Amino acid sequence: MSVTSVPPVPLSRRVLPLVMLSPAVLVTLAIVFLPMVQALWMSLHDYVLFRPKNFDFVGLKNFIAVWQDPVFWTSLRHTVIWIAITVPAQMLLGLATALLLNQNFPWRGLARALVIIPWALPSVVIALMWVWIYDSNFGVLNELMLRFNMISAAIPWLANPDTALYAIILTLTWQGFPFFAVMILAGLQSIPQSYYEAASIDGASQFRQFWHITLPGLSGVLMTATLLRVIWVANSIDVIYVMTGGGPGYSTYTLPLYALVKARTGLDYGYGSALAVSFTILLLGFVILYLRRAGRNIA
Amino acid sequence: MMVRNTSLTRRILTVDLPVLLILIFTLSPYLWMALTSVTQESKLFTEGPSLAGATLENYLRLFRTVGFGANLLDSFIVAGGTVIVGLALSVPAAYAFSRFRFKGRRLLMLQFLVINMFPLVLLILPLFILMKTLGLVDTYFALIIANSTVAIPFSVWMMTSYIDGIPRSLDEAAMTDGCTRFGALFRVVLPLCTPGIIATGVYIFITAWNEYLYALTLGGRSVKPITVAIQTLIGEYQVEWGLLTAGGIVGAMPATLLFLFIQKRLIAGMTQGAVKG
Repeated sequence: MSVTSVPPVPLSRRVLPLVMLSPAVLVTLAIVFLPMVQALWMSLHDYVLFRPKNFDFVGLKNFIAVWQDPVFWTSLRHTVIWIAITVPAQMLLGLATALLLNQNFPWRGLARALVIIPWALPSVVIALMWVWIYDSNFGVLNELMLRFNMISAAIPWLANPDTALYAIILTLTWQGFPFFAVMILAGLQSIPQSYYEAASIDGASQFRQFWHITLPGLSGVLMTATLLRVIWVANSIDVIYVMTGGGPGYSTYTLPLYALVKARTGLDYGYGSALAVSFTILLLGFVILYLRRAGRNIA
Repeated sequence: MMVRNTSLTRRILTVDLPVLLILIFTLSPYLWMALTSVTQESKLFTEGPSLAGATLENYLRLFRTVGFGANLLDSFIVAGGTVIVGLALSVPAAYAFSRFRFKGRRLLMLQFLVINMFPLVLLILPLFILMKTLGLVDTYFALIIANSTVAIPFSVWMMTSYIDGIPRSLDEAAMTDGCTRFGALFRVVLPLCTPGIIATGVYIFITAWNEYLYALTLGGRSVKPITVAIQTLIGEYQVEWGLLTAGGIVGAMPATLLFLFIQKRLIAGMTQGAVKG
């Protein structure tokens, strides 16, 4: 700024950003942070919706009950399996897709546009079409597998406790891998082409180039995307809720789903909140890791 | 010539073919749903879905008998309302984040980021109690508020990265030429980030349109967005897959079209900030 320009008025410069920020901050405080505190508060109470007058403070009773609840442990185990399979599967498929879409071929633009479609679809629609695919009588998956003799009789994928969780994991992998592909593709494009040129002059093989240039160049993106996905996959319940509602039995219960079902169907908001709070605490480690990475990037 | 041919074959084998396989995996569930939706219900279980004798009968039934039109309108109002609330609150906030350096800036930005990391279920339960106490369950207002919990933090981040991309020197030049700060905001910054505002608005619209759990919890008989309507269909018309898949296609259509339309810009914004998956 030149010397002749108007000197900034210190007070307004200090107040203006706060004025511009305050609507967004106040609204989020009111509709996000306040309800969260309320959830914490509810979790310390006996609060069943059909007895709204009884709101007795019970301290950690709900949490102790959670700890002793076998369904909690089942749901926790499913949540871990669910994350441990879905996220790596999405990442590998996303990485392969991104590497391919980074090559030169005539219809690259079209392929890039089409590959992201699953990500834009409503999860209810995703659940619907996969329920149809998995249908035990008329589903196309059974039909194809029967035709190619991979199975001898139709399998009720979603009604069988042994397969239901994995069937949903496949659906979620399908839904989420484009996100990885897009993130990784952006990461690939930020690796300078000259690195590869230098490496091939030095005689490095394709694989060595991938191992020593591509992967290190992608590590930041991979880490960020993985953390985000872990958090989002852990949280996502809409697909399961529509596909199986947690069933058969408890075979597709995950923690947030259990919390939701407990509150929605059981109307037990005290216990449901305690489950939600416990789940949040378990997830907090990943959230903090992610925030630390993101915080570093804020100029 | 030989060399060119072998390298072309090689490319087809190592690139085109795998890409094609991935696209088949990506698109076939959707295409299968589309194919089912144009097959006559009576033929579906005897001959399976096919293009021969394609019909729009399922779609007509969807609107005539099931009354999908009202649900589409509900979704439209909720998603549109969320876009307005989200943009109105986030554009000024993003401008402040981008153009000012003040105490607590980093903390406030992280505050917006952390919101999207918390489990939805932690918010749904208290929001339902809150709306019930206020008598707002089953209103557009409740759903717009609920969707804003997702939309505001996201669009603050996305808009901040867009405004960051507009050189500061431009608004400083305008102010040197006698514009007030607001003049510079309205005459320089906002026009330049119109594409960003549109992309952010479209993104908010898509997420609000696709949202299901809030709609299920806070909606009801008078406000029933399309996602809940589809799920209700699954319960009521269990085996009528022609009708169900037609519902799926209609429900996915607006979001899919908008997405393809705005895709490039959206991806640029998505990969810059930290965003919902």
